[in-house]
Amino acid sequence: MNVMHYLRAFKGITGRELLRFVHQRERFISALVRPLMWLFIFAAGFRSTLGVAIIPPYETYILYEVYITPGLLGMVQLFNGMQSSLSMVYDREMGSMKTLLTSPLPRWYLLTCKLLAGVMVSVVQAYVFLLIAWLYGIEAPPMGYLTVLPALLLSGLMLGALGLLLSSFIKQLENFAGVMNFVIFPMFFLSSALYPLWKIQESSVLLYRLSQYNPFTHAVELIRFALYEQFNVQDCLITLGALAFFLAAAVIGYNPSKGMMQRKGGPN
Amino acid sequence: MSNIPALGINGLSYSYGPKKALNQVSFNVSAGQCAILLGPNGAGKSTLFSLITHLYDSREGHISIAGHNIKTDPCQALARLGVVFQQPTLDLDLSVAQNLRYHAALHGMGRKEAAKRIQEELQRQGMFERAGEKVRQLNGGHRRRVEIARALLHRPRLLLLDEPTVGLDVPSRKAMVDHVHELTRAGDMAVLWATHLIDEIHSEDRLIVLHAGCIRASGSVPEVLESAGATTVGEAFEQLTLRREAA
Repeated sequence: MNVMHYLRAFKGITGRELLRFVHQRERFISALVRPLMWLFIFAAGFRSTLGVAIIPPYETYILYEVYITPGLLGMVQLFNGMQSSLSMVYDREMGSMKTLLTSPLPRWYLLTCKLLAGVMVSVVQAYVFLLIAWLYGIEAPPMGYLTVLPALLLSGLMLGALGLLLSSFIKQLENFAGVMNFVIFPMFFLSSALYPLWKIQESSVLLYRLSQYNPFTHAVELIRFALYEQFNVQDCLITLGALAFFLAAAVIGYNPSKGMMQRKGGPN
Repeated sequence: MSNIPALGINGLSYSYGPKKALNQVSFNVSAGQCAILLGPNGAGKSTLFSLITHLYDSREGHISIAGHNIKTDPCQALARLGVVFQQPTLDLDLSVAQNLRYHAALHGMGRKEAAKRIQEELQRQGMFERAGEKVRQLNGGHRRRVEIARALLHRPRLLLLDEPTVGLDVPSRKAMVDHVHELTRAGDMAVLWATHLIDEIHSEDRLIVLHAGCIRASGSVPEVLESAGATTVGEAFEQLTLRREAA
């Protein structure tokens, strides 16, 4: 197995994901409609009731729409990560996962390729969202659109790895509704995506603590700072740590001797 | 090279919790041989295939493909393995060629080499004219042919077929059975074909009868008939499986 083999496999896996993405235009549109609804309707409605004090990285008072834009970028990636997870479960049910897992490359590499392919899709979605937000009047510093790229890649990888891990636990597609209720919604609402953490702390210290432990909070803050040309070391390290943990657990989950695959009670 | 079996299985056992699915299974399949793994539903055929393809891992026993241990050297072993699973594994929304190119990439083939082999294998299956069509538009028989073309694309030493004729009409079944036998005669590739359909067996095949996770008989067709004291494969199969069930 030489380097070219690894590169060709990476190209093949990402190419397949992009082809599937192109074929599923409704997936792309729905991934955009969701955060845009929050931006155009929810944020507009709450603009006057939710005042946001001056907090880093912002240097002045900002509109609520400006505050939630990084949170909605995180939302795009969170849903994309779960969508990738859903497609992994679908692939497993449809059998095409077997094609991937029986190819002659280390399993961690195959899963990482699959993860990277999903992240590429989520980054495209995030930039299209940023473009629409810009047309709507939410402007970040010009260089911010470049400095946000590594943050989007890292947060996308972390959330994709979480999706990968979940897919190793979920046996059937029908069980996916539970992921919405028990993973996506708590992660999104218990974070700084919609409101600053100090606001949560005013209402409930417990919820504040939970939000602090939520890796999605740190992914959103990483994106927020990066969009305003700043680098938040702590959020970066926590997101990296969460990525390493989720990816390692997912690789174990898909490991034929240790993982969930053989605990599911029979070949399928 | 000829002394190394295309597939070597030695003392293989596997359990789902307390339920033993395979118990001390051992057999070899040599190059140029078509081995039919015969067993009723629930005999352990699919579990055995999941272990050979490294989807599962067993702590007990050894599996080697062309001399490469699947546990310690999985990449080398899987590089020499072609598989057609019982369940279709093609991406329905991609074209035939896109599906094959994906497989070629996973096996590290360059674009030119992949294009050449895709053409060769699709022509061999009589499917080249349909390379641009979406898999969804193909019927069951044609999809199976594409899966065989895909499994052969990287020139494996061992081809695994897990009940590939399920759901096919009689002419498609016959064509597939004949074609796979032709493949073993042509080169040094071995085939392990899991089935419970007795009419898929040719007289020159090697038979392995699996029942309740154990090998009940293994050898050429005459050898298995003799050991079972039967005159037909159907009779032998019945004796080797039903009789023991009754006992």
